[in-house]
Order: sequence, then structure tokens, then C-alpha cells
Amino acid sequence: MADIVLRDVEKYFGASYIIRKLNLEIRHREFVVLLGPSGCGKTTTLRAIAGLEDIDTGDILIDGKPVQALQAADRDIAFVFQLYALYPHLTAYENIAFPLRAMRESAETVDRRVMDAAKALRIEHLLKKRPGALSGGDLQRVAIGRALVRRPKALLMDEPIGALDAKLREEMRTELKRLHIENQATTVYVTHDQVEAMSMADRIAIMNDGVLQQVGTPTEVYSHPANLFVAQFVGSPIMNVTKGAVRPGDSSTRVILGDNDATLDFPQRLYPMIVDKKHVEDELAIGIRPEGVQVARSQTAGHVPVEAHIIEPLGPYDIVDLKFGKQMLRARTPSGYVAKAGDIVWAKLDETQTHFFSTRTGESLQIRL
Amino acid sequence: MAHVRLDKISKKFGSHTALNNLDLDIADGEFFVLLGPTGAGKTTTLRLIAGLDSPNGGGISIDDQDVSGWSAAERDVALVFQYYSLYPHYTVRQNLEFPLKSKVRRMSQQDIDQRIAKASKTLRIEHLLERKTDRLSGGEMQRVSIGRAIVREPRVFLMDEPLSNLDAKLRELLRSELKDLQMKLGATFLYVTHDQVEAMSMGDQIGVLNHGRIIQVGTPQQIYNQPHDVFVATFVGSPAMNLLPTRLDRGWAEVVPGKLEFSVDKAAGGRAAQLAGPVTLGIRSEDVMVGMNEAVEARVHGVENLGVEKVVTLRVGDCLIKATVPARLELSIDSAVRFSFKQEKLHFFDSGSGNNLYYGEEKRNG
Repeated sequence: MADIVLRDVEKYFGASYIIRKLNLEIRHREFVVLLGPSGCGKTTTLRAIAGLEDIDTGDILIDGKPVQALQAADRDIAFVFQLYALYPHLTAYENIAFPLRAMRESAETVDRRVMDAAKALRIEHLLKKRPGALSGGDLQRVAIGRALVRRPKALLMDEPIGALDAKLREEMRTELKRLHIENQATTVYVTHDQVEAMSMADRIAIMNDGVLQQVGTPTEVYSHPANLFVAQFVGSPIMNVTKGAVRPGDSSTRVILGDNDATLDFPQRLYPMIVDKKHVEDELAIGIRPEGVQVARSQTAGHVPVEAHIIEPLGPYDIVDLKFGKQMLRARTPSGYVAKAGDIVWAKLDETQTHFFSTRTGESLQIRL
Repeated sequence: MAHVRLDKISKKFGSHTALNNLDLDIADGEFFVLLGPTGAGKTTTLRLIAGLDSPNGGGISIDDQDVSGWSAAERDVALVFQYYSLYPHYTVRQNLEFPLKSKVRRMSQQDIDQRIAKASKTLRIEHLLERKTDRLSGGEMQRVSIGRAIVREPRVFLMDEPLSNLDAKLRELLRSELKDLQMKLGATFLYVTHDQVEAMSMGDQIGVLNHGRIIQVGTPQQIYNQPHDVFVATFVGSPAMNLLPTRLDRGWAEVVPGKLEFSVDKAAGGRAAQLAGPVTLGIRSEDVMVGMNEAVEARVHGVENLGVEKVVTLRVGDCLIKATVPARLELSIDSAVRFSFKQEKLHFFDSGSGNNLYYGEEKRNG
């Protein structure tokens, strides 16, 4: 069990950065997910914590002690890869027991620890099988068992369920999270899948181009994304973003979407809030998640008429493309709420779920209505 | 534009039966999605329609003409693959011209230019026409691949997982674009995928394929709300439908004895009350109601925050049940909660065959 601190960590490859000024604190027993697209530096960060990769500047501390001088094996950390890396000629039991035997633990201790891990992972019935006879999900369970059995200070996982099919991934997500709750090992988990990050993490650290974009709980990054990248990387369907502008009105703030494609009334206090941020009122990107676009079938105060374009029925709800002039915004509606493409419905943006970003920097203006 | 029919198609590879008595009817101008896991026979079906392979039995017709003896070129269908298969050293324009310059077509350069202009406008790749294809992004390459199919103005578009190599955001964008394109062209699309979200969001009709057999054909709503068996029920929808081994007797369902038992008098239009014996009960996560006044007590086993909502795993005895709850609901692990099932949303499957006891009739009779 351990806390892990990354302080001003940098890593270059020639003239280009792989990791840039990374500061991140992973608390004792916390489950932190490093999330980002391929090439964002998340795996390099994980490997640097494990000691599989050197860093060029900065410090990595485990339990307050710098570990750069320590070999991977001496950091007391376990690593689980996407590919299982099990010994094919050994049974599941012997694969899990392997690190303990290497540490010359007594037969009794080995057996107890292997059985404990197997029970937690629900693979007791598979212990006599060899990897060749196991399914992908079970192989990954064995690999995790082998990592856990040493009771390492921290568990590092690199896309451990990325290679599994959708249904199994869903199952493993619940299991891994449950395992963490029971085991309480500090965990750093790397993925490019925002659903995995949202559903398992205590906190998510989102990276892009080697730069940490935001660290926060799933709710924080979903509801209050720090910038456009985070806003559109987290959540599915992705957040609608359109360029926009604000104007002071008589009793409201007028929010203009696109090039005068639609004008919506927002609370009057919005305009001074944007002015307070010393922000130019025309250089705005307006973001709203599909569930924040409110749709009515008949004329409703504060709503504007829009044409429904494509309707995607996803089962429990529909995603409907709505044409606000030339701007297409997607709305989440109850299943069958909008009958067909071409229908005119009435829509507005829920002010509490509307985000305002600077088009120049991409940063959120942090306006909360 | 064409109506495609497969009649009792079989295809074997050695001793392996890839397709077994497959019937498929794709209406003119329809967006038909063939959905199934790896190895179900989706790509085989596509290749048979394209004329790249021949079936061991059965007939294929396009617009009521038997095309079994026709070559791939004569069938006038266009294939778009997962991998872009563009010529890397040529420009986008040259790639688009290529299928039109075949000697069979003898098109004038003017006609060719016109078709390319039209297709590139539809796909919004006009600005890329003079660029070499190895300098395009994944999404642009896939648009060009689709463009190369469009310029031919084929009778049928066949698409084999065209979006599966792209990242999530681009896939979402191209889903809408493809659906929009098909509506604009009014063309017949046969689209193959293992991704149920793609199938649900684009298909007019979905055919669910497993082990070389069509399990069910229907609109996305039919497939989602009236699955014919446990395979369809769990393959479509996320999270997967909860399946609970249950004992039924005189309108009473016993899932976990003494802990999860309830009346099913009103389920399945009252018909469930007549069932007796072991069944598999199915309920989707959004039809599990969580609240202080619900009937059954459970423990919170896990919580997944998806932003827009949360999926909570409930534990009753050894039984795990997923429920969708509003994102603002705070639930701590291992705390007590109460829940119940929406009676009218319960599904009953045969515990042996997995067939839906109320929606599967037509399949078994047919």
C-alpha cells in the first residue's frame, strides 16, 4: 500500500516531449485512471512509475521516497499488461504462485495466498488448467491474480481488458472495481476508453500530447470539464460544441449559436459573468451534452423551433440530431419521443448544463449557472 | 438501387458450416445491418452477395434476377472494407476515378468529373481531391473509400465494418454521416458489424446472426424490446440484459429463495402466471427501479458512473443485478438499497433452449 507522487516529471524523445511537466499525486488506496488517446503519454507515465522507463527530469516518489535509482524489481510494484504474459506450460495455480516461489515463501503461505487471490477473482475452479485451455477473461483474471498475490505496494495496469469483447469488458469492469474495494491496493490504470475510466476510477487524470489536462472525480470531469479536449473526450455521445456569442438583452442574456443560426435566452446574470472573466463576447465555444438539450413536441416558452434530422434509437433512449439553423446539435430523448426525421420540435439548452469555452485557448470559462 | 434476396443459402468451408439455410430479404432503399459476433458468418454473407465466393446451396437474387452465375463485376455491387484499400501513391481524385476508367464502362472524362464532383461534395472531401492518400487521416481515408463506392452508382452498397478502425469520436461522427448519406442516396445498404450501437443507431432493419444462422430480423426497437432469445437479449443493449435463473409456480417467481421472490401476475400480459418450472428471467437495467419504497432489499456491490447516469450492481444472495439510476443518486458500496422490477418489462426465456417464451413463436413455427 502506497502513495505515489509525480513531481515535474518530463520525458523527451529527441526534441519532442512525451511527458511534459507532469504533476500528479496518487493517494494511498486510491484507484486512479490515466485516460487519453494513443500517444498521449499515459503508458509512458505508467512505465516510468514501474521503473520500466527512465525519466529525463522531475521526481517519482513512492511513500515519500524517490525511486528513480531503484530497479523495477525493487520498487515493490506489480504490473498487469494487456497481453497476459503467463507461462504456457504452468497451470493457473503455478502461474499465480510463481512470484511467491521466487521469494521462497513456505508451501503453506504460497497455498494460502494463491487460494485467497483465486477466491477474490472467482477462478478457484480453473486453477488446475493451463493457459491454453482458458478464455481471454479468465487469462486476464489469472494475470491479475499473479500480480495481487505478492501484495505489492501498488498495482499498475495497462489496458488490461482492452483485448476482450464488449460483454466481457463490462463484466470485468465491475469485477476489477470490486476487487479494488476488497484489496485496497493503490491502483494506477491506463486506458483510452472513457467508459472504463468513468466507471472504475476514484479520480481520472486525462492526458493529451504529453500534458495533463485535468484531474478529478468522474463527476467532476464529466460535469465540469476544464477544456474542450476533456469535454469531448469524456462522455458518449460526445458533447455538442458550436461556436457562439453572447449579447446583453433587456431581461436576459442572448446566446447566439453559430452565425446567427439560433438565439436562445439565458439568465441575465450570464453576460456580466462573461465580462467579468475579461473575455471577448464573440470568441466563445458553447458546449452542451445531449442530455442538456431539452426537447418539447409543442411550442414552449424559451424554446426555439428546430428540425429533427437523424434519429438513432439506442434502446432505452434515442439520440436525435436537431438542426438549429445550420448547427446540428444532438439531443437525448425518451425512446420514440420524436417520431421521424423532418419533424419540427421545440428545443432549448439547459442553462445549468451549458459550458462556455474560449475559442482561442480551448479553456473553460468556468461559468456555473 | 435494388432489392436483395438470399434464399436458403448454405456455405461450408471444409467440414465447417459457415452459413446454414440463411434467408434474408433486404428491401430496395433499406439500411440493413447484419449484426453478430466474430465468426457468426457476417463477412461470408457479404462476400456471397458480392460474388467473391459461391454458396454450396441456395439462391441469391438482386431485383428478382437470379445472380448466382454472375461474376462480381456483373452484379454491380460496391464493397467498402474495414481497411481502406486505397492506392497509396495516387491522389484522392485518381483513386475515385479508378473504378470509372475501366474499359467496360467507357465513360467520358466529363461524366467522370461530374460524378467525382458530386460524390466529393456529398462526403465533404472536395478540399482533399488533389492530396495523396497516404497523407490523409483515418476518417478521411474511410470517406474516400466510401467515395470510391459512390461514384460507381452501384445497385447495392456492401459495407464490412467500415468504422471499426477509427477512434470512438470519429466513429460516432461517421455513423451519422453514413446514415445521412444512405438517406440522401436512397440506396440499398447492407452493413456488417459486431457493434450493437452501430446496428441500433443506423439500421432500418437489423438481422442478428449467430453461428451461421439468422436469429431475428426486426427494427432496432423490435430487436431491443422483443428479443427472440437470450443471445439477442444480451448481445443488444448496454449494459447487457440481466438474466436470472428462476423457478416459477402459479404466478410466483422465486429467484433467490426467501430474498428475491415476487408475483408475476401482471407480467407478459398475464400469461406468465400460467408458467411453471425453471425459466430464465430477463430484465434490462433501466427497468430495475431503485428507491426507498421498493419491495426487495439488496446490497450495493458496485457503482459505475457513466456521467449521464450510473449503473449500480445490486447483490441479493449470490445474485448480481444491474440497475440504471440517475447520476445524482449517491450510493456507497455495501450499503443497503431497495429495488423492484417493472412487471411489464420482464422477459421469460426457456431455461434450456434460451428461446423467449412470448416473442419467439414465429421463429420456432417458421
